[in-house]
Amino acid sequence: MIGVQITALALVALAALGVALVQDVVRQAVLYSFFGLSLVALFVVLQAPDVALSELVVSSVAFPLVILAAIAKIARRKERK
Amino acid sequence: MSRTARLILFLAGGAALVVLLAWAVGDLPSFGHYNHAYGLSLARREPSERHAANVITAIVFDYRGFDTMGEELILFAAVLGTALLLREAREEEASGIRDRMESDAVRAVGLVAVAAIVLLSLQVISHGTTTPGGGFQGGVVGAAGLILVYLAGDWVAMRRAGPKPFVDAAEAGGAAGFVAVGLAMLIAGGAFLENLLPYGRFGLLDAGGEIPIVNLFVGIEVSAAFVLLFMEFLEELMYERKQAGAKL
Repeated sequence: MIGVQITALALVALAALGVALVQDVVRQAVLYSFFGLSLVALFVVLQAPDVALSELVVSSVAFPLVILAAIAKIARRKERK
Repeated sequence: MSRTARLILFLAGGAALVVLLAWAVGDLPSFGHYNHAYGLSLARREPSERHAANVITAIVFDYRGFDTMGEELILFAAVLGTALLLREAREEEASGIRDRMESDAVRAVGLVAVAAIVLLSLQVISHGTTTPGGGFQGGVVGAAGLILVYLAGDWVAMRRAGPKPFVDAAEAGGAAGFVAVGLAMLIAGGAFLENLLPYGRFGLLDAGGEIPIVNLFVGIEVSAAFVLLFMEFLEELMYERKQAGAKL
């Protein structure tokens, strides 16, 4: 257990706190991808490069895009009412 | 529950979490000092047993291939369900919609990025047995390439680059291919998904017997699944936009 693991964990905690504290959903979706990036760093530090790659593509591409598309749809429906 | 009671509950729960987490983290092996019986045993045996330089890919697609098939079918079923639900609610095709990116700079950079991302995707998928990555990771990267066609170009361009019947077929075909490889091994006289193919040469693309084949099917399936998921959401949005008669 050394500094690099503590640093990576602290980054994850910080990013997660950011996601939880932000109120606006669009900002949340973007911040989430940064939280995902911090998880990528953690997985690399814990020596799981394959998992890190999966997390990288899912958290920075797949998840935010689907969330943003869903938010856009909801926003449009509200607009119409 | 009153605010004070909630706060007390949260503080107690939070303190307990911190203690447990610190305990668990304190016992982690330090960086570069992995020590686990299964992992070490597989890392030692796999290179001579399956010839794949990326032991993790060999574990995922061979040693625990049946579990991976389940995971892949979960993704297949989830995307299938989403597509069924969303298509059911839509009466007409969202055709005739133009949603064009007007900035030439974004279009030019996007075009270059699409080529680079698709190439990266093919590289990550095909080198699944030699470097970190494989069908799942490369598949999502490939989907990102097609989604970028929408972001940098327009809806019509994305539909043309990935026609829906083709994406549907790729999603089903990828999932079916994995199962077909398993059945082929059964027919050949082994167990379901048993690795009966020649294992090839260590560190090269043909290493691993059935592993690169299954890996490729997973790449196709995952890629198509994420494209389909995004397309369904996007089409929903486009359809609503058309109904609302918004300026496009």
